[in-house]
Amino acid sequence: MPMTKSSLIDAVAADADLPRKRARQVINTIFDTMTNALAEGKRIEMRGFGTFAVRVYDGYTGRNPRTSVPVEVDPKRSVHFKVGKELRERINGAEGVELEDDGDESDDT
Amino acid sequence: MGSESNNTMTKADLARAIHDLGVFNKKQSAELVELVFNTLKQRLESGERVKISGFGNFEVRDKDARPGRNPHTGDDLTIEARRVLRFKPSQKLKDQLNATPVSEDELAQIRE
Repeated sequence: MPMTKSSLIDAVAADADLPRKRARQVINTIFDTMTNALAEGKRIEMRGFGTFAVRVYDGYTGRNPRTSVPVEVDPKRSVHFKVGKELRERINGAEGVELEDDGDESDDT
Repeated sequence: MGSESNNTMTKADLARAIHDLGVFNKKQSAELVELVFNTLKQRLESGERVKISGFGNFEVRDKDARPGRNPHTGDDLTIEARRVLRFKPSQKLKDQLNATPVSEDELAQIRE
């Protein structure tokens, strides 16, 4: 079962001994604040967890695969996440992982 | 203050946003940020998916071993099987990032 925002709220309410309403306020504040930062073009660095950064992708001419009619795809922004060292190592178990990166083309920390 | 720079948001900024709710002191606010990210880390470490509606989904994926190359020496090597964490931003988050069209300046930077 995946963890959802709702089950995250439950977990935080239990661990911090907070009313659910308060825990929800905390979780919403965290993700709203992160969303606003990204919308302003900021990077987010959560030590031990990872970094989020806005990336710009150029437009291109695509094709509807069914009708093969060309479609113009506009340039757009999206979010690139790079896992932090601690979490990457925890996900891979204790034994060290050789590569610096997750194998992506990512350039920075 | 706690903030790293105008261009980067850190845990200190999130703690401040929680403190600004007027309910928690500064120490509690910082502890809550740690608790939230520690909880996420634990779940992901155990291989669970995490779905935050309006923000995005985190998923641990298994990658098979594959042939690779040391980019410095050019030597062939095997990239070991490993687990990676993928983040997929939600449509809502992407819509918020694209509330204004991508500017010529932004395009010039990626096209250079």
